[in-house]
Amino acid sequence: MITVPTDERSMTFMDEVVADAPGAERIVHCMQCGSCSGSCPNGPDMEYTPRTLFALIEAGQRERVLSSNTMWCCVSCYACTTRCPQNIPITDIMYALKRLALREGLAAKTDAPALARTFTGLLEKYGRSFEFGLASRYYLFNKPMAMLKMGPLGLSMFTRGRMSLVPTKIRQLDQLHAIIKKARELGGTA
Amino acid sequence: MKYAYYPGCSLECSSVAYDISVRKVAEVLGIDLREIDDWNCCGATEFFSQDELVACSVVARNLALVDPQIDQVVVPCAACYLNLKKTDTLMAEDAEIGGKINEALSAGNLHYQGGRVRVRHMLEVIYDDVGEAAIRAKVKRPLTGLKVAPYYGCQVVRPRDAFDDTEHPVKLDELFTWLGAEVVDYPLKTHCCGGHMTQISEPQAFELIRRLLDSAVERGADMILTMCPMCQLNLDAYQGPTANYFHTSFNMPIVFFTQMLGIAFGLEPKQLGFGKEIVAAEPVIRAKLAPAASATTA
Repeated sequence: MITVPTDERSMTFMDEVVADAPGAERIVHCMQCGSCSGSCPNGPDMEYTPRTLFALIEAGQRERVLSSNTMWCCVSCYACTTRCPQNIPITDIMYALKRLALREGLAAKTDAPALARTFTGLLEKYGRSFEFGLASRYYLFNKPMAMLKMGPLGLSMFTRGRMSLVPTKIRQLDQLHAIIKKARELGGTA
Repeated sequence: MKYAYYPGCSLECSSVAYDISVRKVAEVLGIDLREIDDWNCCGATEFFSQDELVACSVVARNLALVDPQIDQVVVPCAACYLNLKKTDTLMAEDAEIGGKINEALSAGNLHYQGGRVRVRHMLEVIYDDVGEAAIRAKVKRPLTGLKVAPYYGCQVVRPRDAFDDTEHPVKLDELFTWLGAEVVDYPLKTHCCGGHMTQISEPQAFELIRRLLDSAVERGADMILTMCPMCQLNLDAYQGPTANYFHTSFNMPIVFFTQMLGIAFGLEPKQLGFGKEIVAAEPVIRAKLAPAASATTA
């Protein structure tokens, strides 16, 4: 029998996932108990529940996993992570799958990536989040019709002093930019 | 007691009532809050979806900016709290990642040693550091007659090493019994409010919001106490749209726990940011509670 040394064999999909999130190596201990799927508040809207998704990862179904809507339904409530009897950092693995899907251009057709990019774009511009800018930009470019529906809600927030039309900027924006630039150069994922 | 203070972006604007009431309550309890100078956004969940090292470095800048004389930071927002705590833990436990984050920080002439600053939630500081006796001693207007549903939300007690039980936390419940309120048994206390789903897929969020509101109504609660800006926004601002979606109606005030703590300490609603919520809370307070002691003696 010919054996291929581990460091020479091609990277499996499982290896890719493991390499992308700290602690993700515990995924090999998944015993398909389904505690994660049963705990997930958004399970009903997922193409594959977390348990099924982990079986697909194990089976090397790269494209099927990365193009699914599953991770984009995850809102990081950590219920699965807390309950997993094998201590698999499931929420962090969902984040890793989002990053992989974006990098590979396979992200499912949901508005979640657009919201994420608009949010961090404003963070980089001002150093702080800008709620009015986020809502207006995100809706305008992604769901302009829904913007009309948002009008009354935005107005009631504004009249109660809960929405500002001008952003707050941090003083040392250059410092933040230098840190972000360096972090990107270091190869992105930790 | 001196603590660094990280308000987070929501507390500057959409949840300014939380910031106002946190500062007021801290003043009453002798919690000395020193806002971190020039803090930046924690990135919420959105940076982690794109680039983990950038996400952690952005969070770590805040930890690095904490006054070297102070070794604890108080964070009222659940998402900021989780991000700061998660990054600190990661840097303390994983030297390789910690090193990379510090390499990024060094581009801004900053450095942070994982574990140096203890990241703490406002409820934790009030419950554990101030404690029952000191809090009871400050109560001027007991919340007797008021039924509250304690809603912790998801991120405050997760994912691990939480300051309260992850499945069945009790510290907010106990705090409000000290204030004289009737705390209803709220089975969905750690369930998800939908997070950013109100922006992405409304029907998905509406279903989660409906469950939380229905359960509080079923338990006879007069109001829901929250400790997270996102939970407050979803349950308060989206309460009307959720009711419309399900052809029903709700009238459940959603207030930050620090606002009601201030009421129990005898402060006026206007000093605590009341009036900013979409579903008005003051009518319930007036209907259920005896007037403040200062008002009766005047």
